[in-house]
Amino acid sequence: MLLDEPLIFERGAAGRVGWPVAESPDGEQAGPALPPALRRDDGLAGFPEVSELEVVRHFVRLSQWNYSAATTLYPLGSCTMKYNPAVNETLARLAGFAALHPLVPDHLAQGALEVVAGLEAALAAASGLDAVCLQPAAGAQGELLGLLLVRAHHADRGDPRRRVLIPSSAHGTNPASAALCGYQVAEVPVDRRGLLPARAVAAAMDESVAALMVTNPNTLGLFEEEIEAVAAAVHARGGLVYMDGANFNALMGVARPGDMGVDVMQFNLHKTFSTPHGGGGPGAGPVAVRAPLAEYLPVPRLVRREAGLAWTEEAPKSVGRMRSFYGNFGVLVRAFAYIARLGAGGLSEVTRLAVLNANYVRARLRATYHLPYDTPSLHECVFSDRHLQDFGVSTLDVAKRLLDYGFYAPTIYFPLVVKGALMIEPTETETKETLDAFVEALLAIAEEARTDPAKLRQAPHRTRLARLDETRAARRPVLRWQGR
Amino acid sequence: MSGYAPHTAGDIAAMLAAIGASSIDDLFAHVPAGLRTRAAIDLPAGLTEPELRARFEALAARNANGAGPAVFLGAGAYPHWVPAAVDQLLLRSEFLTAYTPYQPEVSQGTLQATFEFQTFVALLLGLDVANASLYDGASAAAEAVLMARRVLPGRRTVWVSSALHPHYRAVIRTYVRGLADVEVREVPFAADGRTDLGALGAALGPDAIAVVLGQPNVFGVLEDAAHAAELARAAGALSITATAEPLALAMVRPPGACGVDIAVAEGQSFGLPVAYGGPGVGLFATRERYVRSMPGRVVGETVDAHGRRGFVLTLAAREQHIRRERATSNICTNQGLCALAVTIYLSLLGRQGLGALDRLEAAGVPRRFGGPFFNEFVVQAPAARWEALVREGVVAGFPLARWYPALEDALLLCVTEVHGARDIDRLVRGLAAPAARAARG
Repeated sequence: MLLDEPLIFERGAAGRVGWPVAESPDGEQAGPALPPALRRDDGLAGFPEVSELEVVRHFVRLSQWNYSAATTLYPLGSCTMKYNPAVNETLARLAGFAALHPLVPDHLAQGALEVVAGLEAALAAASGLDAVCLQPAAGAQGELLGLLLVRAHHADRGDPRRRVLIPSSAHGTNPASAALCGYQVAEVPVDRRGLLPARAVAAAMDESVAALMVTNPNTLGLFEEEIEAVAAAVHARGGLVYMDGANFNALMGVARPGDMGVDVMQFNLHKTFSTPHGGGGPGAGPVAVRAPLAEYLPVPRLVRREAGLAWTEEAPKSVGRMRSFYGNFGVLVRAFAYIARLGAGGLSEVTRLAVLNANYVRARLRATYHLPYDTPSLHECVFSDRHLQDFGVSTLDVAKRLLDYGFYAPTIYFPLVVKGALMIEPTETETKETLDAFVEALLAIAEEARTDPAKLRQAPHRTRLARLDETRAARRPVLRWQGR
Repeated sequence: MSGYAPHTAGDIAAMLAAIGASSIDDLFAHVPAGLRTRAAIDLPAGLTEPELRARFEALAARNANGAGPAVFLGAGAYPHWVPAAVDQLLLRSEFLTAYTPYQPEVSQGTLQATFEFQTFVALLLGLDVANASLYDGASAAAEAVLMARRVLPGRRTVWVSSALHPHYRAVIRTYVRGLADVEVREVPFAADGRTDLGALGAALGPDAIAVVLGQPNVFGVLEDAAHAAELARAAGALSITATAEPLALAMVRPPGACGVDIAVAEGQSFGLPVAYGGPGVGLFATRERYVRSMPGRVVGETVDAHGRRGFVLTLAAREQHIRRERATSNICTNQGLCALAVTIYLSLLGRQGLGALDRLEAAGVPRRFGGPFFNEFVVQAPAARWEALVREGVVAGFPLARWYPALEDALLLCVTEVHGARDIDRLVRGLAAPAARAARG
């Protein structure tokens, strides 16, 4: 049973204190004397007045309203919801990392700088690229940085270009990032197998194209089989190849982007490298580049000197900064711990088992659910609702009904190249038994679509709340507590 | 191998049989062989958990960890006590290991907490609406500039105070690099450490997009945000403030009450460790009339099929997965767990605790700038003395000449409730003139 819980602002009583703060030892109010015009005069009205237990109980109850990757299979395609190792949380909380101020002199931060250097080197090794910057706070910021590097490269050659090619299977962040960089987006359609043909890229290429943004494996879970020829076609006209590394979990020990002809890519440490998704962040989106692009990377850059590791701002061609300080360092510690724990062999094994799991789910569901692209796939598989439409059942209904069976839903209605897509990424940390139970649930739902479609259209039935009215939320937005 | 993958040999055989493959290698047969043969990762073998812990404990031991030198640094990252309850709640797996709440029926915990976060941010900044967070204060400032440009298309110039934290200024410049029609220009600061609003007033013209100030600014000095907002409004531009130390706003008139249009802040002070600079969390608030131009994810209130209150992600029509290249920003993941930390922290401290905390601060050394300040301030001391103090185990603030070459021998000091009286005394004695030091023994 799940208990009800009001908003924190609706709890408590005037004068109650959750976490008393000591007065200064001599009882003196040392606070700065602010002129009245600068002084806050609302007495923080609206802020709650609640006890510590009330706060704890409030958030424990809220937490119980969530499904999470620790609760159940969370098969969100393209999100890689693998197990987040417990030890990484312990390590990130060591005082030498958590209490370290970012502006201490470098000699007081050598351990942290070794983490940065070690993670940079590991990502370079895994990608076959030459230089890495850990600053971007998430994949989308990594994409933005990657395109700024592309832009700096062309501008430096007196050849500013204005277009970016993006396959129709791309994630929505790709065109949004390109637009943020001032580029026009040109879409290249994928072929009947769901793949990007080198011939189509060559036809779309000219000297106005700055870069191709390609996700590999793509959002259908398919390895771009012509990637080397695709890259050659882009390079032939002076363009660069940007790879969205969101799906890197399918590539470790299998193929290195550097060998494919990729010039710049971003990683998503919260996907491939097991850092917790946190309900939507914090993530980290490091960028790796081929050597000629390294001089444009953000400052500060880490350098190894005789006295030890040090930050330097000396990079005249740098694109600048993506954020304050050095990146989401706490996330970097966790990712580096994951890599150190697994080692080269472990990382390759991750990819092999992630692909095995996804192919197993695909094999068991393909007789029942429509598989729009019957091309060999890697770490995820994409079905559609075509076989269910005769019963008036949609992908949304299947997703909601899965919640009743105790599973989170796959990514739905994405990628856009598949109408009514159900995009499933089980990850390597799931057992065969869990996958079997998930498959059985989806098979049972397909059967329900035939026998009792209304039940699906009204799902979920077993969750604390029933289906939510998203239209109402958007039409009359209520974005904060409205007061007593 | 690692312990995280659960497959037995029997599992693998049964799964391959169901797939119709004879080996796992078969599943990669369509990847060009030339790529596969070169793909081995050049990394050492994995470690056991005890080995891993030993290695990371050794690395952590090579850093200043709070127990070693007394560190009086702020400048964008602020040490504060984090109540134990905050971290204990953050470790709830249901928060920690969930993702973006795409399925609201089983994500109400994250959604309601985010709605509460948005309420806290709007209250604190004194504005109508807030989003579900951005990456950090600096990128939030850059997103605010991009938003102002969407609100005022066709204008060209962004006026940024040179007393705004240099990282914030740098990120704004990086974010507009790709946009040929935007120019970033700086307004100088005056002798009292505040932005020279006279110069700003003279510079503002009809092509101004926005004015961006720190509040407090990088010197810890409080700006006259109301006057700056008035000047911006007179030029038809938007006003933006960026706050690196949001605790100041428990005491200082909030930006919204000063007439500011977009207020951003770094939320790290509220329940997050300094963690070598990240993760923090960007707070972002604005006026109701601009809500559809606001970047980032937003949670809204609604009802379920039975009329019960619930929360969903909303206003998605602004976002990249719907609008693609026409989206208000490319943001996808934000800083969800950090926003949760802020929400728990502000709930715990509440109205009373925040009011008390902002009175706890110290000084004792003559300041360089006369403007009013909160918990950070600038003093003069020779570089050699700063270096000597580091050797003695006191990091006496940040030498500002690294960011402002003209501010030779200026130290930016930060003192909060985590600093003990003994360490503060060491700092004050260390910074006092050598003669005084000798006299005091």
